[in-house]
Amino acid sequence: MGYDLAMRVWRGDAEGGELRDFTVEVEEGMVVLDAVHRLQATQANDLAVRWNCKAGKCGSCSAEVNGKPRLMCMTRLNLFAPSETITITPLRTFPVVRDLVTDVAFNYEKAEEVPTFAPGRPTGEDGHHRMQQVDVDRVQEFRKCIECFMCQNVCHVIRDHEDKKRVFAGPRLMIRYAELEMHPLDTNDRRDLLRAEAGIGYCNITKCCTDVCPEHIKITDNGIIPLKERVADASFDPIAALGRRLRPSRAGRSAPRTSQITTSQITTSQIGSADPAGTPSADPAGTPSADPAGTPSADPAGTPSVDPAGTPAGPGLVEP
Amino acid sequence: MTAETHTYDVVVVGAGGAGLRAAIEAHEQGARVAIVCKSLLGKAHTVMAEGGMAAAMANVWPEDNWRVHFRDTMRGGKMLNQWRMAQIHAQEAPDRVWELEEWGAVFDRTPDGKILQRDFGGHRYARLAHVGDRTGLELIRTLQNRVVAKKLDVFMECTVQRLLTAPDPATGGERVAGVFAYWRETGTFVRFDAPAVVLATGGIGKSWQVTSNSWEYTGDGQALALRAGAALMDMEFVQFHPTGMVWPPSVRGILVTEGVRGDGGVLRNTEGRRFMFDYIPEVFAADTADTEEEADRWYTDKKTARRPPELLPRDEVARAINSEVKAGRGTPHGGVYLDIASRRDPETIRRRLPSMYHQFKELADVDITKEPMEVGPTCHYVMGGIKVDPESQATTLPGLYAAGECAAGLHGSNRLGGNSLSDLVVFGRRAGAGAAAYATALAATDRPAPDETQIAETTARALAPFERAATGGDTENPYQLQSDLQAVMQSLVGIIRTERELTQALKEIGELRQRAERVAVEGHRQYNPGWHLALDLRSMLLVAECVATAALARRESRGGHTRDDYPGTDPVFARINHVVRLRDGAVDLAAEPLPEMPPELTSLFDPPPSDVPPQPADAEKTQTPPETPPVAGTNNERNA
Repeated sequence: MGYDLAMRVWRGDAEGGELRDFTVEVEEGMVVLDAVHRLQATQANDLAVRWNCKAGKCGSCSAEVNGKPRLMCMTRLNLFAPSETITITPLRTFPVVRDLVTDVAFNYEKAEEVPTFAPGRPTGEDGHHRMQQVDVDRVQEFRKCIECFMCQNVCHVIRDHEDKKRVFAGPRLMIRYAELEMHPLDTNDRRDLLRAEAGIGYCNITKCCTDVCPEHIKITDNGIIPLKERVADASFDPIAALGRRLRPSRAGRSAPRTSQITTSQITTSQIGSADPAGTPSADPAGTPSADPAGTPSADPAGTPSVDPAGTPAGPGLVEP
Repeated sequence: MTAETHTYDVVVVGAGGAGLRAAIEAHEQGARVAIVCKSLLGKAHTVMAEGGMAAAMANVWPEDNWRVHFRDTMRGGKMLNQWRMAQIHAQEAPDRVWELEEWGAVFDRTPDGKILQRDFGGHRYARLAHVGDRTGLELIRTLQNRVVAKKLDVFMECTVQRLLTAPDPATGGERVAGVFAYWRETGTFVRFDAPAVVLATGGIGKSWQVTSNSWEYTGDGQALALRAGAALMDMEFVQFHPTGMVWPPSVRGILVTEGVRGDGGVLRNTEGRRFMFDYIPEVFAADTADTEEEADRWYTDKKTARRPPELLPRDEVARAINSEVKAGRGTPHGGVYLDIASRRDPETIRRRLPSMYHQFKELADVDITKEPMEVGPTCHYVMGGIKVDPESQATTLPGLYAAGECAAGLHGSNRLGGNSLSDLVVFGRRAGAGAAAYATALAATDRPAPDETQIAETTARALAPFERAATGGDTENPYQLQSDLQAVMQSLVGIIRTERELTQALKEIGELRQRAERVAVEGHRQYNPGWHLALDLRSMLLVAECVATAALARRESRGGHTRDDYPGTDPVFARINHVVRLRDGAVDLAAEPLPEMPPELTSLFDPPPSDVPPQPADAEKTQTPPETPPVAGTNNERNA
């Protein structure tokens, strides 16, 4: 059942490189990563390729196969005709380290900017949280993300505009924001940050990210668009803005987001800034908290200074 | 040559669940911490864990408590576990799960909004907190986000080559002084000076042909510890997970979660028989259903029905599958059928087992909602590892700590599914605390200084494969050597072993070690996988020798060690652990007696566990467990 597969593999480093032709003997059932490994073991011992689980769970082996971003471990060779030449190149959006390995540090740096999870006080009589499955379904969809960074790779904003990497966090990070914003227990409000530092306005909803997601997360429809709506509500809804001005503090809102409504129905009025009263009183690890994550910075003025235009306010925002 | 140098209090090697949890704890205890890991952050093998993490939270079955979990763990390990580790694990696991929720993990929920728990092999009650079948990803992402939020220093794609040691004035022996590593990206060396090191490097499975383990699982931590003077224990116990994929060949070994069976899947041979009913061992007979009717009823009625035999501990199921295939009742590709399609509706299967659905659809063209899967045993986990103190995870070398799969003791001769993820966070936290306490207690004037000659020696050894390639001559290819080692371990140190085969394996491993002295690599030092494999081989070969040596010495069958020539358990071996050390470069094995279990715990096994009656049904109010005297040293009596 085996046959000789013609492969063109990009070889080189930051200084430059080229496509090289190889012929590799392959068998039925193999995936692209198997062919790359066989090439590595028999003809190119030093061929650089990043991989770990080989089961579509770790998101390490992303590359462009015939120009399309794919997990090499989940791409069966029978997708292609045996006579077809398969071309494998590194993800284009990130700088090449060597061969098929790219420098994905951008994604880790952007992740550091995301204010962390800040849960409210547990509501169960046993001292533990309660959440309904229906309320966590959406969050769980986002948490399926395996950080393959293929959505980042195809996002026009950062793929075609190097300078936009400074001002737009990209789809992967939008999903991270969405997961936190829609978490039933979270008390942080990241909407101003989303609009400013994360640059959500740059996304023009072409859904290229959704198309390549190996976990089939509906990045645009379920993540980015609802976030855009929330940001718009926060920044441009004059009534909500007035409400924020008139209400001196939200310290009275002790419960975390209600579990009776689905996350997509939550509107501005139900989402406030971090709630000092609602934070866990003790670190579960039992250590005295020198723990910035567990303690929202108190707002000295007690008044969120959001203006109607939505200038970043930041009060109560828990920094990581 | 001066290498890039960093100074910390605690260096954690490995960024899986145990390493990240250790780093977080050491940081919270006030230590300056670095995490050094072989891959990118968030890619560690923990992401492969599917089914869940075992913790007696009693959310689904109020009858559950740490004593039942402890007893299940000990019985699953055939009583060879370090009892104190099993006790600590059972007591602390619930708090570690709730802590993950506090840090952002989103577990599946019960109807009343608590963390849902699922059934798994060897666990008396539904006990595994889970997120569909991607629990490991949830665990690692939660810890990863925590590490990012705490701004810990992470050195990614950086591989440790040696534990640095220095004389210890307190003992007259050696103690930890740091680690020496190389950057994958550049191939340059980096040195970390630190009085305490936590090894959390995972397992050894990449030395077998059919394995669920990734390329990283080359026994690095075990080999680093041995070479620095620490001891390994229980290395003969290697778990072959009963259900790996068997077809197509390129995916052979990829894990199929035990959750398939926990959620109702059954094993059948080609005659259509649920053959596990033919393999119920005496010790579990009283707890196991003997008719299909009773087994099927158990999923909804745990009061009057006993567990299906498909949910026996993994060693039992793996051996049974092996026997069926050998008897000619296997599938065309050498496995058996795992059928959930005929037992649960497609919607339930897709919701409960999304990754499995996806994995079979994409890799094998099999729709698991319509047809059975073909599965067979795959090398999955090593119960043995670095010998540690149960309380602090300190090894026998001062300053060195170990946690997770690379440490020994919790699982005895066989690990129960779900006990690994909880192991990572329970003992990761303790190792982090232990290392931080050790490092911060040292006076500033008493910090060990790494030995420059060790660094020079390690540098020269690491670069030797390039020099051999330059000088030419009779050289070896690292990929070929790895492939040959895998063939030896698969055929001679596999699921069923004999003295003749183990002796042959030791001889062949010796020959491979000779050949490894001649390994050469092409290219240069920048991100060169051939070179990395050449360096990893050194660990793989040493650890393989330890496994074969311990397996040869244990002349009985127990848990993850089955001897065809000694098919039964032996009361003499029931009382000993095998401990290996390096003496003058040679693997040296000794038998050490098991620590004695205190009476309040032995009483849990007397009367036999199967005779312990379940608690009353209206258990909402019965959070009180059986009246057992408090256990000394207990620091979590949540369920008590």
